[in-house]
Amino acid sequence: MSEGHSTYTPKTGIERWFDARMPLPRLIYDSFVAYPVPRNLNYMWTFGGILSIMLVAQILTGIVLAMHYASDTNLAFDSVEKIMRDVNSGWLLRYLHSNGASFFFVAVYIHIFRGLFYGSYKAPRELLWILGCIIYLLMMATGFMGYVLPWGQMSFWGATVITGFFSAIPLVGNWIQQLLLGGFAVDDPTLNRFFALHYLLPFMIAGVVVLHIWALHVVGQSNPTGIDVKSKTDTVAFTPYATIKDAFGMIVFLFVFAYFVFYLPNYLGHPDNYTVANPLKTPAHIVPEWYFLPFYAILRAITFNIGPINSKLGGVLCMFGAIAMLFLVPWLDTSKVRSAVYRPWYKLFFWLFVADAVLLGWLGSQPAEGSYVFMAQMATLFYFAFFLVVMPVLGLIETPRRLPNSITEAVLEKNKGGSGHPAGATAAPETKG
Amino acid sequence: MKKILTSLALLGLVVAGTWMSSAAAIAEEEQNPAAPTHFPINEPKEMSWSFAGPFGTYDKAQLQRGLKVYKEVCSACHSMNLVAFRTLEGLGYSEAQIKTLAAEYTIHDGPNDAGDMFDRPGKPSDHFPAPFPNEQAAASANGGAAPPDMSLLAKARGVERGFPRFIFDIFTQYAQGGPDYIHSLLTGYDQTPPAGMVIPEGTHYNPYFLSGVSLKMPKPLSDGQVTYDDGSPQTVDQYARDVSAFLMFAAEPHLEERKKTGFRVMVFLLLFGALVYMTKRRVWANVAH
Repeated sequence: MSEGHSTYTPKTGIERWFDARMPLPRLIYDSFVAYPVPRNLNYMWTFGGILSIMLVAQILTGIVLAMHYASDTNLAFDSVEKIMRDVNSGWLLRYLHSNGASFFFVAVYIHIFRGLFYGSYKAPRELLWILGCIIYLLMMATGFMGYVLPWGQMSFWGATVITGFFSAIPLVGNWIQQLLLGGFAVDDPTLNRFFALHYLLPFMIAGVVVLHIWALHVVGQSNPTGIDVKSKTDTVAFTPYATIKDAFGMIVFLFVFAYFVFYLPNYLGHPDNYTVANPLKTPAHIVPEWYFLPFYAILRAITFNIGPINSKLGGVLCMFGAIAMLFLVPWLDTSKVRSAVYRPWYKLFFWLFVADAVLLGWLGSQPAEGSYVFMAQMATLFYFAFFLVVMPVLGLIETPRRLPNSITEAVLEKNKGGSGHPAGATAAPETKG
Repeated sequence: MKKILTSLALLGLVVAGTWMSSAAAIAEEEQNPAAPTHFPINEPKEMSWSFAGPFGTYDKAQLQRGLKVYKEVCSACHSMNLVAFRTLEGLGYSEAQIKTLAAEYTIHDGPNDAGDMFDRPGKPSDHFPAPFPNEQAAASANGGAAPPDMSLLAKARGVERGFPRFIFDIFTQYAQGGPDYIHSLLTGYDQTPPAGMVIPEGTHYNPYFLSGVSLKMPKPLSDGQVTYDDGSPQTVDQYARDVSAFLMFAAEPHLEERKKTGFRVMVFLLLFGALVYMTKRRVWANVAH
């Protein structure tokens, strides 16, 4: 993929001038024009681009919102309402930003599940996968702190509950919690440092995204067959092929995003967050944002002590462990075949895992009582079993289906059923168009 | 493809199975009517609102009636700190009318050049003055519970919709949980609690109340209490509808602008998406993929 040397030839005087001093146009050309991508990528592969525009949109709307926001516990709630009522198009900026966070997570979850389905984390893409996991962690921190800023009831109580997790850690727990809060409870210092960090972390995300894309451009994209690119006929040029497909994927995604922003802007939020934070009044049910609900369900599923580990610490360990599993995936999966397309059993367990994650999310939104607790415990058990048992064992015992010899062969096989493409047209796609 | 369909069917089965088992589990915890554990006891009634749906707009006459109810009834106890008089232009009032309306209020202002606080008539840029000087005064005058500020009430209240209704809500664009709740609460007094239910002293039974069997607020509205001059029925139900609609406006004054902008954005994305899709088909026409 990157082994081919650059095909860029500067055409104008300015381009030659730049190329001799700092070959930025060459870098852009090689990365976003000539860069070869597998010809069989489906729409699941458009989410990288979608995530990039969501990050940019979040940063842009966030910067303007920050110009009008006051990170003081006495002013924060009213300053957000001032944005909603008096700032020109402030309601739009704020709804774009708050729903943008949700849709950022929608996109990242599809992106992660796509990676899990097609085995995108396997050698040589382990580092690419881990950089993605780091981005996801940073996103969670950013999202959590952003939710605190409007200083509503759920902001306050969510922050109280989540920072409370850290106090479960032996020896250093209380110290970490107090460092996060800047005191003994969520208050002005907490709000101020969360605002500062909420402004900082997206730029750290952008930094890791650069590394993520760099790593991607070294190893190249995986593809639905999971077979390595073997010849030039297996790939097409990024521009126009991937660019136009990505553009269409983005527009469809933005359509759904806009539907929520303009017609259901508060659907993904909680009504309690339109009541100003009150440290003396605990809401009936404290629930985090929807994108944390599966982990919240895992946290609350541990209602029993395990030896010296009490239920609180056990819950926190399981919750962080659930995220840690993702980092280990490249080494937990023992299968030599990447794509679930050729792994019937893995495919079945993958969809069960998706169902399990959705179920955990729903359980996280329900009160932790009665039968919900038992269901959450079973779902948590399956969550960990998927990573720690299914992934390693299935790779050893499963008989994969026959793999095609190349991407081109797979594509031709698929199109043999008479989709109307003359076979000759596929011989050298990069010369067409 | 067949494989994917089978997987999806399996997924559906698993989800349906777990949901059914949980629904069965919930049914087992059948409530004792005299000692309910989940609130509200009754779900809010879904009303038809002019501002619902993709082309929803506020009914200005209704908002004006709602404002009248707020001014004559609610504002005795409930503040509306975030709403400025000038916002009421959204109710169809002219600038002059708003000036007059604002001037009806006395605003405590200052200090002036001499360092004294003084009272003056309200201006359009002023916000609705609060009925109590602070939260403690409001609480002490109302049996220990301060009446909530009404600026955002229509967005700050909502009864959980539960599965699977919250899925359907996406497609029906149901976003009227707040006004539905307020209307149901205001019309939900005068009901007899089930035999054996303990109603704490100084509170009033209301099966629509979100967080208990009863609330501190007594029945605020009665038939004929507010005089309407447009011939609308002067009933509790009509008052409740009007004030709920007005509170939705107070909480979301840019709702109409939002939905109008949204329609343009959706049409643009649809057309642009169609063009990009055709371009994509053209670009990929000669490449099997």
